[in-house]
Amino acid sequence: MRQLLRHGRYVLTENRLTLGAFALLLVFVGLALVGPWIAPYDPLATAAAHKLEPPSRAHWFGTDHVGRDILSRVIVATRLDLAIALSAVALSFVLGSVAGACAGFFGGWTERVVSRLVDTIMAFPLFVLAMGIIAAVGTSVVNIIYATAIINFPFYARLARAEVNVRREAGFVEAARLSGNSSARILAAHLFPNCLPPMTVQASLNMGWAILNSAGLSFIGLGVRPPTPEWGIMVADGSAFMVSGEWWIAFFPGLALMLAVFCFNLLGDAVRDLIDPRRRT
Amino acid sequence: MSETAPLLTVEDLSVEFRTRDGIVRAVDRVSFDVRWGETVGVVGESGSGKSVTALAIMGLLHPAGRVTDGRVIFRGVDLLAGGEGQRRRYRGRELSMIFQSPRTALNPIRPVGKQIEDVVRRHADLAGTRARDRALGLLAEVQIPDPGRSYQAYPFELSGGVCQRVMIAMAVACVPALLIADEPATGLDVTTQAAILDLLKQFAQERRMATLLISHDLAVIGERSDRIVVMHAGHVVEMARTAELFRAPRHPYTARLIASTPRPGATLGDLKPIPGGVPDLRGNLPPCRYRARCDRAIPACDEPPLPRVELTPGHTVACRVPL
Amino acid sequence: MLRMIGRRLAIATPGIIGVIVVTFLLNRALPGDPAAYFAGPAATRQAIEEIRVKLGLDRSLPEQFALFVRDLARGELGTSLTSGQPVLAELLARLPASLELTLCALLFAVAVALPLGILAAARPGSWIDHLTRVIVTAGNSLPIFFTGLLLVYVFYYLLGLAPPPLGRLDPFASAPRTVTGAYLIDSLLMGDPALFWASARQMILPTLTLGVAVLAPIARMTRAAMLGVLSSDFMRTARASGLSPATLLYVYALRNALLPVLTSLGGVFSFLLGVNVVVEKIFAWPGIGSYALEAVLASDYAPVQGYVLMMASLYVLLNLLIDVLYGVIDPRIRIET
Ligand SMILES: Nc1ncnc2c1ncn2[C@@H]1O[C@H](COP(=O)(O)OP(=O)(O)O)[C@@H](O)[C@H]1O
Ligand SMILES: [Mg+2]
Repeated sequence: MRQLLRHGRYVLTENRLTLGAFALLLVFVGLALVGPWIAPYDPLATAAAHKLEPPSRAHWFGTDHVGRDILSRVIVATRLDLAIALSAVALSFVLGSVAGACAGFFGGWTERVVSRLVDTIMAFPLFVLAMGIIAAVGTSVVNIIYATAIINFPFYARLARAEVNVRREAGFVEAARLSGNSSARILAAHLFPNCLPPMTVQASLNMGWAILNSAGLSFIGLGVRPPTPEWGIMVADGSAFMVSGEWWIAFFPGLALMLAVFCFNLLGDAVRDLIDPRRRT
Repeated sequence: MSETAPLLTVEDLSVEFRTRDGIVRAVDRVSFDVRWGETVGVVGESGSGKSVTALAIMGLLHPAGRVTDGRVIFRGVDLLAGGEGQRRRYRGRELSMIFQSPRTALNPIRPVGKQIEDVVRRHADLAGTRARDRALGLLAEVQIPDPGRSYQAYPFELSGGVCQRVMIAMAVACVPALLIADEPATGLDVTTQAAILDLLKQFAQERRMATLLISHDLAVIGERSDRIVVMHAGHVVEMARTAELFRAPRHPYTARLIASTPRPGATLGDLKPIPGGVPDLRGNLPPCRYRARCDRAIPACDEPPLPRVELTPGHTVACRVPL
Repeated sequence: MLRMIGRRLAIATPGIIGVIVVTFLLNRALPGDPAAYFAGPAATRQAIEEIRVKLGLDRSLPEQFALFVRDLARGELGTSLTSGQPVLAELLARLPASLELTLCALLFAVAVALPLGILAAARPGSWIDHLTRVIVTAGNSLPIFFTGLLLVYVFYYLLGLAPPPLGRLDPFASAPRTVTGAYLIDSLLMGDPALFWASARQMILPTLTLGVAVLAPIARMTRAAMLGVLSSDFMRTARASGLSPATLLYVYALRNALLPVLTSLGGVFSFLLGVNVVVEKIFAWPGIGSYALEAVLASDYAPVQGYVLMMASLYVLLNLLIDVLYGVIDPRIRIET
C-alpha cells in the first residue's frame, strides 16, 4: 500500500499533464457537488430581453436563444453528465464482472450464454445499438444509462472472464478448494479480487468514452430532454446558431464536455500506469 | 589491402544500456581481433555480453544501447566512426550475421525464397529471373531439399533447422569476408545442431570466410574454432589458441568453464557447475567482475585497473593471480 | 481462400442470429401498443384490432418471430408510417449518401494516420512522434459533434471557404443521374467536373469531421504496431542483411504492422457507422442515419428497426472484408485454414 501511494505520487508528479488532469477532475467534482449553489443565475430562467447575448461581464459565457445564462447551465449540467457516465460505467462494471467471472469460473452453459450475449452486442456498431435501444424503450435519463451500460458490458465481461479463466487452475484456488471452500466462496473471495485491478483500469479508461456516448445520444435528441441543462443538448441547441455566428451557445458546453473527456482519458492512462506499469505505451 | 593485417579489430569496445532502473554496462573495454579466414569462438555464460558485442560490431544495437568507447575496425575502416549509410554498405555484403531462434528471425509473412532474393537483388545487382535463380541456387547450396518448393514456403511451415539454413543462405549470398554466428545452433535438436555447425564450417573453408562463432557452450566452440575468446560479465577474461586454452587455461573462470563442460570420457560426477551467477551489471562494479565468484582473489584484485597480461604470444588473460 | 470466407461466415452466424433476435425484441419492447401506434390516434377499437391481426400481433411470440424472419428473408422491412413507403427502398435510396461519406472519411483518416504512425514509430522522440501523441490524445477526447460545429463556424461563417452545411449539394444544383448513388463518382461518369466540384465542396467538412475522429485510433495502432515490428527479431535479420531503408520500412515492417492495424479497423468501423448519425444531423446529410433519426423522433419504429438491421449487416460485412484482407496479407491464416 505504501508502495502504491509512493508510486501514485510518482505518476502524478512525473507527468505535469496528469497533475493538471487531476486538478481538473477536482474542479469537475466540485462543480458536480455544489454547482447549483454557485451558478450565478437560475439555469432554467429565460429572459427574452437578453437573448443571444455574446460573452460579457454579466454573462461570462453569453446567453442562449431564450436568454438563459450559459455559464450557469454549463455548471449545473456537470452533475448530470458525470452522474450518467458514472452510473453507466458502474452498472456495466458490476454486470460485466459478475457475468464474466461466472462464465470463466463455471464454464459450460454459463460461459456459452455469456459469450453469445457478448458476441451479439459486439455484432452491432455500438452507438447504433444504443440508438435502437433508446428508440425502443423511450428517451429518459435512466434509459441512456442502461443503453450506455449495455454497449459497454462486453468489454468488462470479456476481461473478467479471461482473468478468472487463467487463474481457475492456479495453486491457491486448488488449495482453497481442498480446504473445503465452496465454489461460490472461492469465486468471490479468491478469484474475483484478482480481476479488480485490470477491471479498474478498464473502467477509468472507459469513463471518457461513456461521457461522449451519453452526450452524443442527448445531442441527437435521444437522451436528456430540454430544458434540462446537459452538455450534449446544449451543444445541439447551439448548433443552429453556428452558421449565423453565435458561437458561444454551443462552444462552451462543448468545451466543458471536451475537457471532461480529456481529463478522464488522461487519468485513465495514469491509473493504468499506476496499476499495471507494463502496459505503458 | 594487405591480408596480413587482421580482418576485424575490436578495440576497447564498451556498451551501455539505459534502462528504467539504471545504466547496464553490458560490455566493457572488449578487445580482440579476427584474421582473414580464421574461426574465432566467443564463449561465456548467458548474459556475459556476447550478443551485445556482436550487435555493436554490426551497428545493430537496440536503441537503448550506446557504444560509449572503442573502435571496430573492419578491413581498415572504423565502422563506428562512419555513419549508418556506410555500415549498411558493409552489412550483408562483406559482413553478415546469423541469429539464434531462426524461426522468429525470419519475416513471418514473406516466402523464405523471396527473403533470400531480397538480399541478392540488393547486393549482387541481379534482377528478374536471375535473382530468383540465384536464390534457388543458394537454397540448394545450404542443402535444403526441393529448393523450388521451399522457395515458396513461409517460416512457420519449416523446421528450425531449415530456417537456420535459409538464414545462412541469406548471410553467405554475397560471400562475405566475415560471418558472425550468434548461437546459430542453440535451441535446435542435437543432430540438426551438428549439421548446421558443419555447414557453417564447410562454407568457411570453401570460401575463405572468417567466422566469429558465438556460443554459451564451450564444447561447440572447442571443436570448431582456431582461437577462443572467453567472456564474463562484459569483460574478455582470456583469449588463446583453442588447444592451448584447453590444455592450460590461465583464468580461474576459464578453468571452471572447462570443468563444467561435458567431454568424452568424463562422467556426470566430473562436471562441476560454476558457483554464483553473472553479477548485476548496474551501478558501481569492481574492476574484476569475477571477484565475487573467485576463490583465488587477493586484496589487490579490488584495485583498478583490470590487468590484461599477454602470458605467451597470443595468450592473454585478465587476472592478477592467473593459474 | 473461399474456404476461409466460409469459415468466417460460419463464425459470424451466431452474431447475425443474435442481431435478428435483438432487433425483434427491441421492436416488441416498444412502449405502448404497436397496433394503436400504427392505426393512429383517430382509429376506432375495431380498426386497431384489425391492424393487430394484420401485423400478427395477436399470435404468440415465437410465431411472431417466425413471421418476422420470413419477412426479413423476403427483404420486407415494413413500411414507414410517415412516408408510407417501404422501408427497404427508402433505406437503399439513402444508403449511398452515407456510404460515400463514410468511405471518404475512412480514406482520409487512413491517408493521414498511416504515415503519421509510421513516421512516429520510425523516429521515436522526434517532433512527428510528439505530434502524433498529441493528435492521438486529443482525438480520443473530441466530441465529434463539437468538432463538426467548430469546423462549420470557422470554415463557413468566419472564412467563408466552405458551403453552408445543408446536404450533399446546394439547393440550386441538380443531382447527377444515379448510377452508383455516390455523387462524386456519378458526376464524373456524367463528365460534369463542375458538379463534381460542387459535391466535393459539400463533402469536405463532414469528411473532415468524421475523419479526424477516427484518425486517432488508427494512428495510435499504427504507431504501436510499427514499434513492435521494428524491434522484432526478423527486422534485425533484415537490417543485418543490409536491405535498403525503403525495403525495410515498407516491405518488411509495414506489411507486418498492417495486421494489427487491420484488426483494429473493426472498432473503427463500429465507431464510424454509429457516429454517422451525428455528422448527418450537423450537415443535414440525407443519409440513412438522419433518416433513422427522423423516424425515432416521430416514433416510427419500422425505419429504425430497418436501420439497425442494415447497420449491423454492414458491420458484419465489413468485418468479413477485414478478415479476408488479413488472410491475403498473412499466410499463417490463409494456409492453416
Ligand atoms: N536491450 C537491452 N536493454 C538492457 N540491457 C540489455 C539489453 N540487451 C542486453 N542487455 C544486457 O546486456 C548484458 C549482456 O547481454 P547479452 O550480450 O545478450 O548476453 P549473451 O552473452 O547471453 O549474449 C545482459 O546483462 C543484458 O541484461
Ligand atoms: Mg546472446
